[in-house]
Amino acid sequence: MECKENWVDTRTVYIGNKEPPPGAEAYIPQRYPDNRIISSKYTFWNFVPKNLFEQFRRIANFYFLIIFLVQLIIDTPTSPITSGLPLFFVITVTAIKQGYEDWLRHKADNAINQCPVHEVQHGKVIRKQSRKLRVGDVVLIKEDETFPCDLILLSTSREDGTCFVTTASLDGESSHKTYYAVQDTKAFITEEDFDTLQASIECEQPQPDLYKFVGRINIYSDRNDVFCVFFRPLGSENLLLRGATLKNTQHIYAVAIYTGMETKMALNYQSKSQKRSAVEKSMNAYLIVYLCILISKALINTVLKYVWQADPDKDEPFYNQKTDTERQRHILIRAFTDFLAFMVLFNYIIPVSMYVTVEMQKFLGSYFIMWDDEMFDEELGERAQVNTSDLNEELGQVEYVFTDKTGTLTENNMEFIECCVDGYVYVPDAICNGQVMPGSTSMDMIDSSPGPGGRESEELFFRALCLCHTVQVKEEETVDGIKMGIHQNKATSFYISSSPDEVALVEGMKRLGFTYLRLKDSHMEILNREDEVERFELLEVLTFDSVRRRMSVIVRSTTGEYYLFCKGADSSIFPRVISGKVEQVKARVEHNAVEGLRTLCVAYRKLSVAQYEETCHLLNSAKLALQDRDRKLAEAYDLIEKDFVLLGATAVEDRLQDKAADTIESLQKAGMKVWVLTGDKMETAAATCYASKLFRRSTQILELTTKRTEEQSLHDVLFDLSKTVLRQHSSMTRDTFSGLSADCVDYGLIIDGATLSAVLKPSQEDSSQGNYKEIFLEICRNCSAVLCCRMAPLQKAQIVKLIKSSPEHPITLAIGDGANDVSMILEAHVGIGIMGKEGRQAARNSDYAIPKFKHLKKMLLVHGHYYYIRISELVQYFFYKNVAFIFPQFLYQFFCGFSQQPLYDTAYLTLYNISFTSLPILLFSLIEQHINMDILKKDPSLYRDIAKNSLLRWPIFIYWTFLGVFDAIVFFFGSYFLFNNSTFTSNGQMFGNWTFGTLVFTVLVFTVTLKLALDTHYWTWINHFVIWGSLLFFVIFSLLWGGIIWPFLNYQRMYYVFIQMLSSGPAWLSIILLIVISLLPDVVKKVVCRALWPTTTERIQVASHFTSVTPLLAKRTKVLFE
Amino acid sequence: MMASNYNAKEEDGHQPAAIGHGGAGTVKNKKPDNTAFKQQRLPAWQPILTAGTVLPAFFVIGLIFIPIGIGLFVTSNNIKELEVTSQLIVPCYNCSQSYSWNSTKPCTCSVPFSLDQPFESNVFMYYGLSNFYQNHRRYVKSRDDSQLNGDKASLKSPSKECEPYRTSDEKPIAPCGAIANSLFNDTLELYYIDPNGSRTAIPLVKKGIAWWTDKHVKFRNPGGNDNLTVVFQGTSKPVNWRKSVYELDPSDPDNNGFINEDFIVWMRTAALPTFRKLYRIIHKKPNMTPTLPLGRYILEVTYNYPVRSFEGRKRMILSTISWMGGKNPFLGIAYITVGSVCFFLGIVLLIIHHKYGNRNHSADIRS
Repeated sequence: MECKENWVDTRTVYIGNKEPPPGAEAYIPQRYPDNRIISSKYTFWNFVPKNLFEQFRRIANFYFLIIFLVQLIIDTPTSPITSGLPLFFVITVTAIKQGYEDWLRHKADNAINQCPVHEVQHGKVIRKQSRKLRVGDVVLIKEDETFPCDLILLSTSREDGTCFVTTASLDGESSHKTYYAVQDTKAFITEEDFDTLQASIECEQPQPDLYKFVGRINIYSDRNDVFCVFFRPLGSENLLLRGATLKNTQHIYAVAIYTGMETKMALNYQSKSQKRSAVEKSMNAYLIVYLCILISKALINTVLKYVWQADPDKDEPFYNQKTDTERQRHILIRAFTDFLAFMVLFNYIIPVSMYVTVEMQKFLGSYFIMWDDEMFDEELGERAQVNTSDLNEELGQVEYVFTDKTGTLTENNMEFIECCVDGYVYVPDAICNGQVMPGSTSMDMIDSSPGPGGRESEELFFRALCLCHTVQVKEEETVDGIKMGIHQNKATSFYISSSPDEVALVEGMKRLGFTYLRLKDSHMEILNREDEVERFELLEVLTFDSVRRRMSVIVRSTTGEYYLFCKGADSSIFPRVISGKVEQVKARVEHNAVEGLRTLCVAYRKLSVAQYEETCHLLNSAKLALQDRDRKLAEAYDLIEKDFVLLGATAVEDRLQDKAADTIESLQKAGMKVWVLTGDKMETAAATCYASKLFRRSTQILELTTKRTEEQSLHDVLFDLSKTVLRQHSSMTRDTFSGLSADCVDYGLIIDGATLSAVLKPSQEDSSQGNYKEIFLEICRNCSAVLCCRMAPLQKAQIVKLIKSSPEHPITLAIGDGANDVSMILEAHVGIGIMGKEGRQAARNSDYAIPKFKHLKKMLLVHGHYYYIRISELVQYFFYKNVAFIFPQFLYQFFCGFSQQPLYDTAYLTLYNISFTSLPILLFSLIEQHINMDILKKDPSLYRDIAKNSLLRWPIFIYWTFLGVFDAIVFFFGSYFLFNNSTFTSNGQMFGNWTFGTLVFTVLVFTVTLKLALDTHYWTWINHFVIWGSLLFFVIFSLLWGGIIWPFLNYQRMYYVFIQMLSSGPAWLSIILLIVISLLPDVVKKVVCRALWPTTTERIQVASHFTSVTPLLAKRTKVLFE
Repeated sequence: MMASNYNAKEEDGHQPAAIGHGGAGTVKNKKPDNTAFKQQRLPAWQPILTAGTVLPAFFVIGLIFIPIGIGLFVTSNNIKELEVTSQLIVPCYNCSQSYSWNSTKPCTCSVPFSLDQPFESNVFMYYGLSNFYQNHRRYVKSRDDSQLNGDKASLKSPSKECEPYRTSDEKPIAPCGAIANSLFNDTLELYYIDPNGSRTAIPLVKKGIAWWTDKHVKFRNPGGNDNLTVVFQGTSKPVNWRKSVYELDPSDPDNNGFINEDFIVWMRTAALPTFRKLYRIIHKKPNMTPTLPLGRYILEVTYNYPVRSFEGRKRMILSTISWMGGKNPFLGIAYITVGSVCFFLGIVLLIIHHKYGNRNHSADIRS
């Protein structure tokens, strides 16, 4: 008990829930949750209150609830049904949907919670339901079973104490990972053995990081009455996570340490912070405007009412007396009630159904992304995936694209190209055939004699590459991951690794004559050129991490020599090299980097036994630490990995993804700025940028790198660059006026991580330095492409944040495939994950996931564009139709003594937004296509037409609002002049106020529906069905509603009103007339604007229409013009 | 929000299924269906509004609307209408001045007027009120439709909406409510003055002035039309009424009680504060003589209805009716205006189309 620390956040787990032997420590039974997984939100009992509470937390629902309550409490013009029914409808639909989803979750939970597990109890295996599992239970897991909770691996059926696991359902990585049993319990291989095991595990309290775990196992043995305790550190390599699956191992024994909701998987189910789209923000702004309009309308009417009522004969004429209670009410209370009543009367101006419709549109609309055949990747068998539908329209607004390089722009499908040992270049035959290595003339090829000492270092180099990796050999069975056939003497086997580079290297070594066979009993077996099996004992693996950018292994050869082999990025190896042909290798590395190849340097260090022991000590003490283990490990690694002898370098090609260049070109044409953020070195990254046409030959490259800042101060460099850029910029604007802008130089900026952090570093002492950020932004804005290399994951997010918070607040999109892109994906407005080979972390954390980079083009240019125009029309139209709906009611107040008399019948008020006008706009917002998608894809510049939220700008919003007001005035006064003191039936009978309202309403429903019809550019049969169907529904409903004396109503005001109205000729004529007048200005505006100031979109529409109507004619004219 | 929920659910559902998910199986499952709807490639008609396509519509609208408008305007002008404002005449002015609800002796006055043209075919006689807010909310809802529909329970206990015209002397009012209470109760009679000076009463028909459906379905007397006195026993007449509801037209059981047509007409609340209501119909004579020949007439008014307190006006309107109703030049003028505007816009668009339309097309095709 030497290092007894007082941890607050640890738990002690007694294996098998057995008391420790007396004297060890006090047995404190702790309470842990059982292994029940609860992903459901509600139980049967709390569903109604909890769901209601959550729904009413939404501001819109709350608003309507308030309106509803006001209607219940005070004497209001409209019955509570008018707002209660839609609200009830909305709440019920949402509740049913959420209830159904929750039911599905319950079902899934039950399936998981009840699935049987095998527990070892008192030396016997017992079947148990998964949910009854407790912390401390020892369980038996068989092959292909999923782990029921987080477990510490005690022993396996494999003699080396390892087991293979796939975490496909956790993080999507389908490769097999190796986990290790605790050394001291490896020997417990039967159920009876575990009955004798007395041990406890101390570990940290559950935390969500999947890859971090520290703990310690204490094993008590009672040998010869001498009580002793062994400690053994536990790390994430011992921890089997819930949700992972056991593979290639017959069975294992493990002990549960985190159960139920405390498992790492459950902890990872927390939702991400919600992102809001620009459209949603404009929508909220509009809402506030409308709320102001609503309140001012109510205020104006209240004031006017009291002015008008000042005359008691008007307030209470003999024919219309108040009740006594009304009279006795205080004037202020009356005024306030009147104000509320007006609010209620006009409350429909804020449409309850808009939220539902928008949500439905987003939810249903997102299916089109998932359904898209063109975004399906045959190779991966994956289709686009929508993780949040809130941002659909934001895809049409992107201004900055931040893309990762490896795996995103490039395939991340590595191919070994060459290696260079002491300056001699080796190329595997398969690649070398018929290919002349450019730039290799000064170097010798493999057949040239490498010199006397060369042979030795060459073989050492090959061995180093065969040993220094974490590749596994997978036999026969096919796996989803990287498939590499090694046709050996026996069965087919594959190399599997989480890093494709390593597979490529091992693969390349095979072609150069050294084949890695397998890892057996901690011994790595290599088949060398002479077909002899060499065995090296694997002692330590210093795993790769992105900070060190290297990994090492320590092995012992059969001759008993200790070697430390290290491979890593050149920048992390060269400073640690003390001998070797550094210059030659460096030259070759740089040459390869320019070619766009990924280079790794390989070095070794021979260890003496003493050195090895010291190393072991260092590592073990770091590993044993429970706190800060990572930092301690890093320190240890730093001490161990030094004094290298450089062996050589490798080059691996990472091919560009299919159509990556085309996609980037399209995005740039669409007005988006593409930034590449990569952890790779500058030369490699720049080469990729050239290959992917991010930089062109004509692009002038500005460098903002450590190399330059070493020569000049950062300050000067920045000012120089900004001067260059701005001069060009100002001359460019002049050029645009003179029409010579066509061939101006465009700039590309390259910046590296170190310089970036210098630029972003806030400095207090010098005020002039505070402007670096702005100068940097200014430079970036004027560059067509920016490449940021040597980026740490967090820096990627910083860049995104920097651009996001720049004064124009551009919409940013981040796309990446690896875990290192997650921070940037979460930071950007839209995060897109690529379902790549580096696991699924990016895809899981993204808003949308696509199989390949090329799919981004369709995603943005087609889907994004469509979603944006659809939703903007949806939003504008909703406000328009509700202004047109409510404004006549407002006008009517001037003619009914400000008495809050509604113009329309209750049924019309209620159903207007729910059924008469809801479906056409929903359908429009789902399937409208103003331009064919092929054209959208072919002509990316169309994307600029909708940039900067252009369809939801204030002028357009005001136009729509005024259109609504105009229409309302036309409806109201048209009907007014018809009704004003005149008869319009052929039998001389008169119509009343309800006929007046019905006339206005009929014109209204027809006008707003036809307005949408005029805006529709894509008439499928569904559009016809819905638009004409909803008009027909209105007519049929009105006929029915007025056709019967409804027994449950206490008023029959609508009885035969609609039918009587239709029996009058002038009513028909005026309906037609008013519809025409209402639609006329909009049509004229559209036609004139299209003819005089056409947007690109409109030109294309005309052109495509023209060609589709008369393809032959168009061709002929084309010929003529050419 | 929704989609994320949905996906979360999907993932949960996948957990047990994740075991043994073969590669080939996934490909098959995840491949989207290649249907026209899912790929957003449904066959569609893609119209666009350009000057060229809209032009004909404008001309057509113009060409249709202008004749309709002219037709309406001419029809409206051919309709003969005469409005008599009774208060301006001295005797009636006196009546209105001296009016009080509980005066037993009705004040009568006569208003002379003359027709310059004979009124052919059926002539409709309206009374008009102005500044009378029949569309005031408190007024509109102050009625009990089920009581008016003959519901006996409502007869005895009318709806609360009728307050303060619900009960009088602790007896339920039938018909209850402000609308019924303020029934227009002036009596209008029309006399033709022969050139020789003798007065001939003009027969005024009081049937057919209310909607047929109102009279036969919406309004019903409780327990049929017989014995209304018995049926309405235990109810009170509206406070402003001189007589009970079953005494509205004792001569005709089909026009008495709730189904009295004058009452039904009044109960259909007007849309605007200035309104007219059909009072009587003067049927055309079987022979060829005009219904109302030109000449002098006298309108005899039994002045019961006070309007002075709210600065109201009473009118009597005589009007002939065509297929498009009474005199209303608005519709005709509006049609002519809109038609002309459309025609004019058509011409403007034609110019625009010729000047700019071709340019656009050619530019696009070239590019």
